[in-house]
Amino acid sequence: MSPAVSGKGPVRIFEVCCVAALLAVAVAIGLLRVPRQYRTDPPVSAALDAIRLMPSGIGGAPPEVYFALNQPYENTAYDMSQGKRLYSWFSCASCHGEGEGGAGPSFLDGWWLYGPSIVSIVASIRDGRPHGMPPFRDRMTIDEIWQLSGYVKSIGAYSAKTTAPGRNDDRQNRPAENRSPAALLFNEGPSPVHPEQGPSP
Amino acid sequence: MRAPLILLPLPVLLSGCGGSQSALDAQGYSGALLRDLIVLIVVVCLVVWIGVMIMLAWSLTRRRDGQAGDSRGSEQRLGVWVSGAVAATVLIIGGLTILSFQTTRSLDRAGDPDLTIRVRAQQWWWQFVYEDADAGSFQTANEIHIPVGKEVRVRLESTDVIHSFWVPSLGGKQDLVPGRENLLTLRAERPGVYRGQCAEFCGLQHSHMAFFVIAEEEESYRQWAATQRQPGAQTGEAEASAGKAVFMARRCAACHTIRGTGATGTTGPDLTHVGSRRTIAAGLMDNTRGSLAAWIADPQTLKPGNNMPLVPLTGDELRQLSAYMESLK
Repeated sequence: MSPAVSGKGPVRIFEVCCVAALLAVAVAIGLLRVPRQYRTDPPVSAALDAIRLMPSGIGGAPPEVYFALNQPYENTAYDMSQGKRLYSWFSCASCHGEGEGGAGPSFLDGWWLYGPSIVSIVASIRDGRPHGMPPFRDRMTIDEIWQLSGYVKSIGAYSAKTTAPGRNDDRQNRPAENRSPAALLFNEGPSPVHPEQGPSP
Repeated sequence: MRAPLILLPLPVLLSGCGGSQSALDAQGYSGALLRDLIVLIVVVCLVVWIGVMIMLAWSLTRRRDGQAGDSRGSEQRLGVWVSGAVAATVLIIGGLTILSFQTTRSLDRAGDPDLTIRVRAQQWWWQFVYEDADAGSFQTANEIHIPVGKEVRVRLESTDVIHSFWVPSLGGKQDLVPGRENLLTLRAERPGVYRGQCAEFCGLQHSHMAFFVIAEEEESYRQWAATQRQPGAQTGEAEASAGKAVFMARRCAACHTIRGTGATGTTGPDLTHVGSRRTIAAGLMDNTRGSLAAWIADPQTLKPGNNMPLVPLTGDELRQLSAYMESLK
């Protein structure tokens, strides 16, 4: 064996060790993912149902359990993807379109009739609202309502997020959910979308 | 004594070749053609392989006979052997190619089919539409009945991703591509229940995307089709009629159709005669009242990722709904 070839030996071993270490790190990151639970525990569901709304029905406090779970419905891609599926399963698009509104109000413009807090959105879906929003209390479980609310909130988000639901199979006709679609509308134009709302939400 | 002991595991190994889903146990016209082709190719290749192995063993055990100087004669013999082997290879591969081409061509029989079924594959179930302008069209899901000995034209479509329609016992596979229509002709030669399976990876629940082809005599096929054309059964049972009310109130009708009622949704499987089917959820479970209830109670745990949402029901409502589903024979 020539000296040149035998000189490569330690380098090879070093490279192999580097690749192996990178693979180990990748596997470890893969194992760190959020454990998936297809059905929420009944006590957790019951606690999630106990939102405390203001008497006006606008805004309020989420239940303690929501913070104990680390606010999953606004922050995990899985829950937001489930919300996106629920959005199409329960035909939200028949009134709200792909977020641009229609018979129902728009989400994309970030103009929340009952405030931008997730509790208001949960209450709107669960209990319904005047002028046509039906209650979904009997058709969806409370954790599904939370998932859908997290997704709906992201449609009209003011700030960009690091998590996003799965992309559309169809053509995308509006900014992606994690790109703060509403902020775009507020920043732009000589004539704002909602002049009464001021320069920013 | 030793030979039988070696043959002992053979029945166990060969049992995999039979059953309701096997290309080697062909029960259809095109399936039999394909099986003959496979068997022929395997036999020819086996003969070639045995010949090569014998030659190899012979050349390894043969001793060089010392006269290294006399190379002219051995070179000539080598030339004869090599050209003979090349000629044989060309003949065999050419012959197999022509045979394979002819067989695949004869699978695709044009002409006037006796029955046309439109297949729409979706993640992860099969929608079958029997198109009959005279007697009336009807839909089933994950289960088709066909008359024995008749040409059945299957028109293959997909609504989301690429799937593949494969009933190994009856014939070859054909892809279902979104935006285009592929054709396949099935002809079952013997009555029986043949399992089909999606043969193109199509997502999380690809393995739970099965269907059944039930080939039966003309008479019983006609009876089955006549039953399927009728609207959903009106039941006298109190529990089932309460279940019907639950079905309408809980918005199951937004996705599912039950002909003869107000339920006209089109995104989910047609449930007009769901009780008559062998399995539910594309071959996931046998169709019993218990498995129907389990499916309605929590579809996402049984088949994660499928498009049926969990709808909250009380225990009584669940029991009534599954009784209603079971009564839709």
